[in-house]
Amino acid sequence: MSGDIVVSARDLHRDYRMGGDDVHAVRGVSLDVERGDYVAIVGPSGCGKSTLLNLLGGIDRPNSGTVTIDGARIDRMRDNEATRFRLLKIGFVFQRFYLMPALTALENIELPMADAKISGSQRVQRARELLAYVSLDARRDHRPSQLSGGEQQRVAIARALANKPTLLLADEPTGELDAKTGAEMIDLIGRVNDDGTTIIVVTHDEDLARAASRVVHMRDGLIVDDRRQDAR
Amino acid sequence: MLFRLAWATLSRHRSRTLLAVLGVAVSAAMLLDMVMLSSGMRVSFKNLLLARGFQIRLAPKGTLPFDTDATIVRSSEITAALASIPDIATISPVLGGQIHVAARNGAVVSAIALGGDAAAQGDYEIIEGRAPTGANEIAASDDFLRAAVARVGDTLSAAAGYDPQLRSFAGSRPLIVVGRAKFIYTSAGQRAVALPLTTLQSMQGSAAADRVSFYMLRIRDDGRVDDVLHRIEREIPRVSGVSTQTAMAQVDERLSYFRQLALILGAVSLAVGFLLVTTLVTVSVNERLGEIVVLRAIGVARGRIVQQIVLEGTAIMFVGAIVGLVLGLGTARYLNSILSSFPGLPAAIDFFLFQPSDAWTALGMLVGAGILAGIYPSWRGASRPIAITLREEAVG
Repeated sequence: MSGDIVVSARDLHRDYRMGGDDVHAVRGVSLDVERGDYVAIVGPSGCGKSTLLNLLGGIDRPNSGTVTIDGARIDRMRDNEATRFRLLKIGFVFQRFYLMPALTALENIELPMADAKISGSQRVQRARELLAYVSLDARRDHRPSQLSGGEQQRVAIARALANKPTLLLADEPTGELDAKTGAEMIDLIGRVNDDGTTIIVVTHDEDLARAASRVVHMRDGLIVDDRRQDAR
Repeated sequence: MLFRLAWATLSRHRSRTLLAVLGVAVSAAMLLDMVMLSSGMRVSFKNLLLARGFQIRLAPKGTLPFDTDATIVRSSEITAALASIPDIATISPVLGGQIHVAARNGAVVSAIALGGDAAAQGDYEIIEGRAPTGANEIAASDDFLRAAVARVGDTLSAAAGYDPQLRSFAGSRPLIVVGRAKFIYTSAGQRAVALPLTTLQSMQGSAAADRVSFYMLRIRDDGRVDDVLHRIEREIPRVSGVSTQTAMAQVDERLSYFRQLALILGAVSLAVGFLLVTTLVTVSVNERLGEIVVLRAIGVARGRIVQQIVLEGTAIMFVGAIVGLVLGLGTARYLNSILSSFPGLPAAIDFFLFQPSDAWTALGMLVGAGILAGIYPSWRGASRPIAITLREEAVG
């Protein structure tokens, strides 16, 4: 660990209305994550862990509190600034993969690079390297519908790494996978972390949480436990 | 990548895309036809009036502009008076009438007859043989020759000037067919012959002696049509003149309702195309909300997402418009063939006149509508709150 803080959240609150009720999803969370850290956020459904992840990734805005990523206040950024920031600094992996169904695996990985104004040849080269990294180089011309769930999630991870982000955020990345494929995914995420990317995952998967170097427990919108562990 | 994603998305829903393209094509065809219709008759009429380069038409005073029965008496005096106006380059007197010919098969074939000066006439074009210049010569339309079972070189027994009281013709004589002609102002299928003015006058008897139906005048390049018209009104009060420009303005005025109707129907076609693409894009955006917000989450700019979706709508409009232009030209040609055969209308009048500017106008309007149709739904989709939308998508 270098000791330098990549993610710093201070007294975050997030309320929203759902089905006519006010939900206090996050109620005063503060969290610091060091560069190269691998943090698992765990807790029961509805405890606010996905909302916290969204706040940290700048795809949701806190009602109060601050979020600083790599020295920049993402909670203060205008929408287009936050979008650009996410493009270059943050990689997202979702439970449902959310690949573009019309594009091939290679093109899905190219997508964020195209917006980062990386030239076509460089994009293709990097996308191929990433496909090899996630052991899918033979499936580059396949569309998502032609890939298994595990393969789709590996493409999603490759896409998240396309612009060499500082931070990788994953929301239940093994949630739609069987145990064997989930284990492969856990290995892959661990490898990404070993290669220097800071990772925060939200999960119910105990195996995935065990692989992290730090586990944050949430309940009712609050962090109730935060401890380091011997990972993997 | 933007084009690739748009193309891939459209290809993914082939049947829907194809149906949308066909829908736009029908709308585009209608729009093109209406654009062609709104200007077709006007331009076509103008071309017809200007075809032979005459700028003034003189008719007997006190008659309607296209009254075919009225004639100008003592026409030689008027011809002489016109010849004294230096700005007039060509004087073309025309006498209209009817001629009856005994066909080889025994039938009597009637046709309209135009008596005029072959060197100065503006009513026909010779397509075989030559113009009638001798006293017993005629040039005839194909329809006439077909009905009379005659061809160039044949001599026909002709009569004119039928008097219903006496039940006889004022004049009859043999006429030699010296040319095949295409008559510019006759309607489809109408039989017509041209012959020298004096021949027709003499065949029609005393009623037509020294008379003409109207004059067509060509003005010198450096002359002014209005000045000539004023001078004619002043010096020859027995005739009234109308310039081609005025005739066109009158036609324009008469066709204005027609044009408005075409514009309204064209606007409706455009609106239908617009709504079709808006609906399609809205459905497509709603189906892909998850994909769209994920694109936003991974850092793709809202503007890029809007561009990509707008591109899809525009591509449908563009391809639909191209197909529609072909379809529109086909239907316009078919409708034109029906409308142009209306009796009394010159066959050369086109209701649907294709002009490249019409196609560009229709294409431009459709592509513009395609862009507009995509902007709102795509902007709305790309502006959805990311976290809330993802949560809703996850809940289903």
